[in-house]
Amino acid sequence: MIDSLTRPDPDQIRDWLGDVPDPEVPAVSVMDLGIVRDVQWQDSELVVAITPTYSGCPATSVIAFEIEAALRARGIDRLRIERRLSPPWTTDWITQEGRRRLEAYGIAPPAESAGGPSPFDRFLRKPLTIACPRCRSENTDRVSEFGSTPCKAQYRCRDCLEPFDYFKCI
Amino acid sequence: MNAQDALVEYLLRLGDNALILGHRLSEWCGHSPALEEDLALSNVALDLIGQTQLWLNLAGEVEGRGRDADKLAYLRDARDFRNVLLVEQPNGDFAATMARQFYFDAWHYLLLHGLTGSTDPRIAEIAAKGLKEVTYHLERSQEWVLRLGDGTEESHRRMQSAVDDLWMYTGELFEGDEVDQVMVRDGIGPDPATLHEPWLGLVRATIEEATLTLPQPGWAQKGGKRGIHSEHLGYILADLQFLQRAYPNATW
Ligand SMILES: [Zn+2]
Repeated sequence: MIDSLTRPDPDQIRDWLGDVPDPEVPAVSVMDLGIVRDVQWQDSELVVAITPTYSGCPATSVIAFEIEAALRARGIDRLRIERRLSPPWTTDWITQEGRRRLEAYGIAPPAESAGGPSPFDRFLRKPLTIACPRCRSENTDRVSEFGSTPCKAQYRCRDCLEPFDYFKCI
Repeated sequence: MNAQDALVEYLLRLGDNALILGHRLSEWCGHSPALEEDLALSNVALDLIGQTQLWLNLAGEVEGRGRDADKLAYLRDARDFRNVLLVEQPNGDFAATMARQFYFDAWHYLLLHGLTGSTDPRIAEIAAKGLKEVTYHLERSQEWVLRLGDGTEESHRRMQSAVDDLWMYTGELFEGDEVDQVMVRDGIGPDPATLHEPWLGLVRATIEEATLTLPQPGWAQKGGKRGIHSEHLGYILADLQFLQRAYPNATW
């Protein structure tokens, strides 16, 4: 049983959550992705606020479950996971460490800051230059706006010929 | 119509549009012309089903009769669905699916954009979330209209018939009724008529760039918003609702 004297502080808890992998991209943690929005004690109950990456992201309930399991294993028995929709998740919240890990895993990290012009502002968007995470070549092509999950697009490298995922800006 | 009833109706329209189009797109799963397209259509469907859950759960909450998104999706009859006719139209060929998507995405984008300024914060936050997703949907469907329109003779012909055939279902998107009046009055949602000009601007520019011909204004087929549907919806629901109807409360 955790009381107010022995309960771990939120920074310690964030550290622990840094070991909880994202179920779909296990190379990065839920902290790297910026999914955990808040960690705080409300009296003797720990409240962890998380936000979905996409409205239909099937991983969100798995993430809530993994966080709960990780914290229970640390002895936190009174805890509540709160879902937050606002402000909506953005790839700008992915940490530098998260970006580095994505790339090492073979997924090109988001290339620009989210919130560009709307499709109504510019008729055709300028294609982004996405570097191949394997050989760093910028000679790459977009194959499809959507990849293995809604958060990724599919690209292919014209130099090393490998296909790869690009974590697109949102 | 009181404000609460109007809000429930409005939320059902938002949720049902996303649900029925999401279901239609999911029918492509395993049948698309290429693996990449199969993945893309399924991902767009997934976004829409995610948005459906948010809208219909909120509809159920406002209604206050203990119905959640699942109950609303699985246990209503065709006459109780509030989606526009456009989204229930059959997939047809790939051109028809992408033309339907483009008409819808351009409108959906403008609608969600308007809803991000809603006086109801629950609506504004769902819209802000969905808008990010729909931006990608629109970019993609617009690209396909361009690619097929300005493609081969065959793809041009198919895209031209797709934009022509679906045109009569676009009028309903911009027609307001009693429910919309209450939403405008309370600052909850935009007047649908105000979305027409920017929508037409984007559609016209895209269709011209695609070397296609913009269909002429004509008779508009409507009724979906009030629950008067084409026969297609019944078949969709037979597929969508079968499990819950045959095995009530089944879970997995
Ligand atoms: Zn390469």
